[in-house]
Amino acid sequence: MSEGIGASVKRKEDKKFLTGKGKYTDDINRPGQVYAHFVRSDVAHANIKSINTKAASQAAGVVAVYIGEDVAADGIGGPICGWVVPNRDGSATHEPPHPLLAQGKVRFVGDAIAVVIAESVEQAKSASELVEVDYEELPAVANLETASSGAEIHEGMKENRYFDWELGDEAATDKALQSAAKVVKLSVRNNRLIPNAMEPRSALAEYDDLGGSYTLHTTSQNPHLARLILAAFMFQIPESKLRVIAPDVGGGFGSKIYVYIEEAVCIWSSKKINRPVKWTADRTQSFLTDAHGRDHINNVQLALDESNKIIGLRVDTVCNLGSYLSAFAVAVPTYLHGTLLSGLYDIPTIYTNVKGMATTTAPVDAYRGAGRPEATYLLERTMDAAAREVGMDQAEFRRLNFIPKDAFPYQTAVALQYDTGDYEPNLDKAMEMIDYKSFEARRSEASKRGKYRGIGVSSYIEACGLAPSAVAGALGGRVGGWESASVRVDPTGTVTVFSGAHSHGQGHATTFSQIVSERLGIPNANVEFVHGDSDKTPFGMGTYGSRSLAVGGVALSKALDKVVEKSKKIAAHLMEASAEDVEFKDGKFTVAGTDKETAFGDVALAAYVPHNYPLETLEPGLEETAFYDPMNFTYPAGTHIAEVEVDPATGVVEIVDWAACDDFGNLINPMIVEGQVHGGIAQGIGQALLENAHYDENGQLLTASYMDYCMPRADDLPSFKVECTNTPCTHNDLGVKGCGEAGAIASPPALINAIINALSPLGVSDMSMPATPETVWRAIQNAQARAAE
Amino acid sequence: MAEVSLKVNGKVENHEVGENTLLVDFIRETVGLTGTHVGCDTSQCGACVVHVDGVSVKACTMLAMQAEGSEVTTIEGIGSSEKLHPMQEAFHENHGLQCGFCTPGMVMSAIELVSKNKSPSEAEIRDGLEGNICRCTGYHNIVKSVQAGAEKMGG
Ligand code: FES
Ligand code: FES
Repeated sequence: MSEGIGASVKRKEDKKFLTGKGKYTDDINRPGQVYAHFVRSDVAHANIKSINTKAASQAAGVVAVYIGEDVAADGIGGPICGWVVPNRDGSATHEPPHPLLAQGKVRFVGDAIAVVIAESVEQAKSASELVEVDYEELPAVANLETASSGAEIHEGMKENRYFDWELGDEAATDKALQSAAKVVKLSVRNNRLIPNAMEPRSALAEYDDLGGSYTLHTTSQNPHLARLILAAFMFQIPESKLRVIAPDVGGGFGSKIYVYIEEAVCIWSSKKINRPVKWTADRTQSFLTDAHGRDHINNVQLALDESNKIIGLRVDTVCNLGSYLSAFAVAVPTYLHGTLLSGLYDIPTIYTNVKGMATTTAPVDAYRGAGRPEATYLLERTMDAAAREVGMDQAEFRRLNFIPKDAFPYQTAVALQYDTGDYEPNLDKAMEMIDYKSFEARRSEASKRGKYRGIGVSSYIEACGLAPSAVAGALGGRVGGWESASVRVDPTGTVTVFSGAHSHGQGHATTFSQIVSERLGIPNANVEFVHGDSDKTPFGMGTYGSRSLAVGGVALSKALDKVVEKSKKIAAHLMEASAEDVEFKDGKFTVAGTDKETAFGDVALAAYVPHNYPLETLEPGLEETAFYDPMNFTYPAGTHIAEVEVDPATGVVEIVDWAACDDFGNLINPMIVEGQVHGGIAQGIGQALLENAHYDENGQLLTASYMDYCMPRADDLPSFKVECTNTPCTHNDLGVKGCGEAGAIASPPALINAIINALSPLGVSDMSMPATPETVWRAIQNAQARAAE
Repeated sequence: MAEVSLKVNGKVENHEVGENTLLVDFIRETVGLTGTHVGCDTSQCGACVVHVDGVSVKACTMLAMQAEGSEVTTIEGIGSSEKLHPMQEAFHENHGLQCGFCTPGMVMSAIELVSKNKSPSEAEIRDGLEGNICRCTGYHNIVKSVQAGAEKMGG
């Protein structure tokens, strides 16, 4: 039906946002609420000799001022690490404590030292300026390349290294490299990014002294997970005494997965002063303290045989995880990165070593794509370099090395087993979309105008639908990877879905309703969607890693199975037939071979008004819950092709065309899928051309505002051609794979490869991100200088 | 503190405000209309765009007192859930929003853009919305929305 699976249904949630009726955390107020403002370190690394809060405490409107000792005295712990890995020598990841407010030491600019709570935001801010902190400065450790020889950041942690992890067969890989006909070597840097969801983080905590319980409104992608971590690990209170609500959330992109210290301080102080405490970040604080993304240096060696087939791959990575280990910081460069190094290619042996380093910068964690963009970037840059070195067309070199269609399920050399895929038709379609074969004509036409035109290919794979719990657990994950959904059918046949996933732009109210509509044959308008409140929904793991549909949607499908199964029994009773003979289609129950039928609404009514009902064998009511733990990851894959023109005089890159062909399996709502792809590509283009988080050698963040951190704006971007191919996922009921991160994963190498392709006639063979006009212009100048030598 | 009197969405608002109170805080905290958002502290993101006497203004760059005697229109004042403004309708029909946080400012900027240029080209729309940051949509569908909105508004 037109409102079911596969239809581009317009979004249910739009109206409230379009009319200004959205309710984000900062839009919510409580009677008697006070405002928290944090005193933050303005130096990167220092011992704190003393803190004087006297003047601040006496300032107008101030209710309380607290420092690290106050929190410690109440025994409140800091945020915990949700994933650890073993080191190469068998020892464990170093997990230094992360206090809520600094305990004797600060480790990055923005580290919280004290909190000032006052009757108004202005009063809290101005009193904060009266807090005097006496520092004994220590050398900053801001440079990833030299971090291991920098000053000790955490007591007893050697060489500022959190972990030193490996995956794959080192001996076999090194042998392949030695015996190769050709070894392609490349060193790339994956630039550091700041997520910049447009809604800054915010928290509003209140304490109910009668019930001894707390309510926290917060900007979270996963309110249940936040509740678990806050209650069980940080506050050690019964989980049932904390309600976490993530209302409307204005974008996340990973940055709102984690529990941050500010939320915990609001909860803690709301009890201390017995008033609701609210905190909202200004953008500067977001830049300084939201978990950043990426920041890898990768050294790659790719071994080819005489026929240009890949025979081995070695990748040595150092990555910057910042001052404290954020919740999933360890997983991102290891299991979300090392395991993806096979890409879409048949590579017999792979080895990777990853060193996770501490620096005196903000913590680094998952940002849209999380590890998979880094893997794709290094691999697709190397594939391009290899194609150039062996003199093959970039698309054909990839085609030659693709995992063939008949090789699935395909076991990679780095732990994953891809269930399904068909990469060639996908590549062909992307090439057709951009008219690849006529590119050379366009290149010569551009050169007549003095422009260098280039085309760049990026074929990617990602592991989504995080995560099979047993696999995650075996690899160091400390949480499960399932998702939950409840379906409540009302007596009149309307339905409410309660989902453990969280929507902060993804449109779950619409897509999840489509699944219900399809399965129960009821109009979309009869489905309500509830999420984001730990008191209302079943325990859920939330939204990240393109998992909402692939795990949460499948949980919903399973709950609907249960509803249908029970409904059939009720219908069988009503129609005096046996349940096995009852069929359900388009909202109607029928009995095979008869003209008996009963509507879904009649069954619902019978369930709640069970006058004529098999009460001896069946409970009344119609409400079902399912928890679904995936069997495997899902593997969306595809090819993006970018076409650019570079002005050699200015270094300005213009994106003239973009073709994205993705295989996300079955689609629930193509309109929403396209929107996700657009947004992802924009973030990838931002990474490749514009964005960079830059710390100076003193550990000061020089890009802490929109004046200095270049966000993609409407006039920086083109329109995109987006299409899909489909090999349905083989191990979930909906055949879906997930689409949220693909754009951000695929696009940076497509763009950088296109720029290199454009400038290769000038001798340019490398380009760093972001490829700003200055970077591009310098690369051209350097190449020309080399050519003149 | 000082008295300020202005109209917000046609309704007279008389309030005591601090001399430093920004128009955006006045709208959100004093008047209680939270559809106007705050996305930055450097007047760069456009989440706070409202119309002051028919001209789009970043409400974080203006003091409440400077709006004395003005007519301010916010996102809540241009249409209702029963009857959306044609530009709101166009954003809905073209999937021009995801998380919705930039949306009020984006719609207010788009309306002003179209009031000045009845049928803007893609390049003119991209140029005209350069002061509004959206992190979710990649702008593709926002551009489509504004084109459709312009048509609906009679361009
Ligand atoms: S809040 Fe960002 S421009 Fe006004
Ligand atoms: S829709 Fe989320 S920032 Fe624009």
